[in-house]
Amino acid sequence: MLDSKVPEGPLKDKWTNYKNKCKLVNPANKRKHKVIVVGTGLAGGAAAATLAELGYEVSSFCIQDSPRRAHSIAAQGGINAAKNYPNDGDSIWRLFYDTIKGGDYRSREANVHRLAEVSNNIIDQCVAQGVPFARDYGGLLDNRSFGGAQVSRTFYARGATGQQLLLGAYSALMKEVGKGTVKLFPRREMLELVLVDGKARGIVVRNLITGDVETYAADTVILATGGYGNVFYLSTNAMNSNATAAWRAHKKGAYFANPCYTQIHPTCIPVSGDHQSKLTLMSESLRNDGRVWVPKKKGDKRKAIDIPEDERDYYLEEKYPSFGNLVPRDVASRNAKLACDDGRGVGESGLAVYLDFKDSIDRLGEDTVRGKYGNLFDMYERITDENPYKTPMRIFPAVHYTMGGLWVDYNLMSNLPGLHVLGEANFSDHGANRLGASALMQGLADGYFVIPYTVGTYLADTKLEKVDTSHPAFSEAVKEVNARTEKLLSIKGSRSVDSFHKELGLVMWEYCGMARTEEGLKIALEKIPKIREEFYKDVLVTGEGEELNQELEKAGRVADFLELGELMCRDALDRSESCGGHFRLESRTPEDEALRKDDEFSYVSAWETPADGSDPILHKEDLVFENVELTQRSYK
Amino acid sequence: MSAERELNLTLKVWRQKNASAKGGFETYQLNGISTDCSFLEMMDILNENLIKQRKEPIAIDHDCREGICGMCSLVINGVPHGPRQETTTCQLHMRSFQTGDTIFVEPWRANAFPVLKDLIVDRTAFDRIISSGGFVSVNTGGTPDANALPIPKETADLAFDMAHCIGCGACVASCKNSSAMLFVSAKVSQLSLLPQGQIEEDKRVINMVNQMDTEGFGNCTNTEVCEAVCPKGITVDSIARLNRKYLKATIASEV
Repeated sequence: MLDSKVPEGPLKDKWTNYKNKCKLVNPANKRKHKVIVVGTGLAGGAAAATLAELGYEVSSFCIQDSPRRAHSIAAQGGINAAKNYPNDGDSIWRLFYDTIKGGDYRSREANVHRLAEVSNNIIDQCVAQGVPFARDYGGLLDNRSFGGAQVSRTFYARGATGQQLLLGAYSALMKEVGKGTVKLFPRREMLELVLVDGKARGIVVRNLITGDVETYAADTVILATGGYGNVFYLSTNAMNSNATAAWRAHKKGAYFANPCYTQIHPTCIPVSGDHQSKLTLMSESLRNDGRVWVPKKKGDKRKAIDIPEDERDYYLEEKYPSFGNLVPRDVASRNAKLACDDGRGVGESGLAVYLDFKDSIDRLGEDTVRGKYGNLFDMYERITDENPYKTPMRIFPAVHYTMGGLWVDYNLMSNLPGLHVLGEANFSDHGANRLGASALMQGLADGYFVIPYTVGTYLADTKLEKVDTSHPAFSEAVKEVNARTEKLLSIKGSRSVDSFHKELGLVMWEYCGMARTEEGLKIALEKIPKIREEFYKDVLVTGEGEELNQELEKAGRVADFLELGELMCRDALDRSESCGGHFRLESRTPEDEALRKDDEFSYVSAWETPADGSDPILHKEDLVFENVELTQRSYK
Repeated sequence: MSAERELNLTLKVWRQKNASAKGGFETYQLNGISTDCSFLEMMDILNENLIKQRKEPIAIDHDCREGICGMCSLVINGVPHGPRQETTTCQLHMRSFQTGDTIFVEPWRANAFPVLKDLIVDRTAFDRIISSGGFVSVNTGGTPDANALPIPKETADLAFDMAHCIGCGACVASCKNSSAMLFVSAKVSQLSLLPQGQIEEDKRVINMVNQMDTEGFGNCTNTEVCEAVCPKGITVDSIARLNRKYLKATIASEV
């Protein structure tokens, strides 16, 4: 059984007690400790900056040309906090409760409560950095509503909240780079974790410009490398988002938790053709003022504007009167799928529903709507060539976020001592479904306010031998990296890397997407190993290893997706209940809602992939709920 | 706007093996491109064709494909990010072209942005400018309540407009002097507009301008082409603000 190391005491005192009692590293000793941070998104950027401020010697790595490009930048809608500025009844408890409930009771109480506790500090921190949040005419901060909540607790910066928060963390990081307390290594991809005596002591990276394989040693390694949504090929993730760092750590022994928990976001721009390379999200905040509908009649091909009011089905408002269009993402996505499966989808492909702003424009005026969502409407028009002020948007669900990730305890440390995992890369706070505006909150909470304490606990508590990159464990790891690179380059088959990625993506979407069945998952578990086998026989990776080679980068990532995808299906097969984003058709309420089976599945699935190639082993962490009562979620 | 749904195109693309190699244009023919394709998806198709011929695909920087990460960076027919206003390359769609068009595709060209391979350039100079002063010197923790300091909505909105810069470098690529004034002035403006940033504004503007010069960016001669190509609509008012702040910082006496 896995030990989550949750501190004793009442829920609301756990984090305070932890901070009061945790061991500290003396300021003069901090500079003797080297810390590696991989990834420069909200979690990694915030962690690297904060740890450097505290005095640690930090090295920060990212695959992009600059830390500012990490995919946190694309988050549009906002960040939650329990400030209760609107005086509408919010509190730390309510934010905690909504997040636990939104996650369909599959997350750890103590972690989520800590998240809610530090949420307010995040807003203070960002404002102090000069993040230009939206304000009202009195000069105070403005809030808006998001799915799964009945209070307005979301802070935002037009439709670019992620950008502004990331540039805040980036500026804090660059401030430390300027002082020389952080060494920055852009265009580096982590390809191996180095363990010495079972502890994480370094990484091997490929310099993406020269192709050189480089080694770095440290006292602890922090992964903040994001999620694995690109396993589906089409997702709202950036093109270079990948799971390789996390998967390499997993292959070295770090457990992978709840891989089947993937979030399909309800409001994305539908696919336009085979050329499609990625999907674009339209912020969930649009559901504040947009009404979701489809025609009542099947196969109705009339233009939206020609369909009279009484022939439209506003199915979310109808089915969920108390939350209406603001139901959580999993519920909104599933209902869009049901409508399209029923033959009532709109647009050329029939794989879309309408998000209609006409009533809001009539009520508030076009200028007000433009002020709130102008940049999103512009983006929609650029992509689809349709004007959403005049005709309803067409939206369809798309893979957006992965709640699963490397297993961590309360300290955000994996089962491998010294390997910490932050942000989307860990599994910790969102259970089976993440609420909107909670990812930014979690990334920054982990980076600014949690890891600075828990890293100290590890370093103060652990006896660490002096290790540098001359240790044989590093040359072993380099050998493994080189062997994999040579293998990929030597196949010289006939198919491109992308063609395999697309093939895998279709299998994942079909069998491990919005609805899953035992039968389908078993088919996927037969298909994926075959694609992988074919990949290693017939992939063509052009170019050489000792140069900038984007095909080689992609090949390594797809090779890892081909293993991770299989584990996701295996996990989805094991969990024969429905919860949050994981919807098993066999487990439904009579109203077609997700039916949880708390007696059987109140646990975290933490998978180990043995090094000898034998089948993955499932470890379990029981989820204990002492403070909230488990009920079937209802948004009606 | 294209009248056809599918386009036949001739592409002239800059190919360069690495930073020290001599580059040149290669010509490619591409047929049947859907007008719903984005520009980068069109380049994906071209690369897929090259791989089928066992040739090396074209190296391109790109990532979010939503117009916000600032990674994509092509000069298309002589214009950074191509013909559509306030649109990054990744958000440009092929319906902006006509069948039969010849399209020139080049990397950003500036001394401070050396080409690494094909269409990929090194923009780390921008990071060094930010680390010279593009921040508020506040550490994590101990900050006052976010509502302790009211900021007029108009000021916050203007600061957002400036903060919306994605650091792509189109301003530099478009400028005949390869000046980075729009990039630097956007950051200086954002932080000077907000009370949090005013405390160290003198030091900031001097350090950032010095770093910009050190990196080899040219001077501003007010041609304003940077504003015309900026995908986020940042205006040259910010340059005027930078100049005022710089003047104030350099002539004001120490307290």
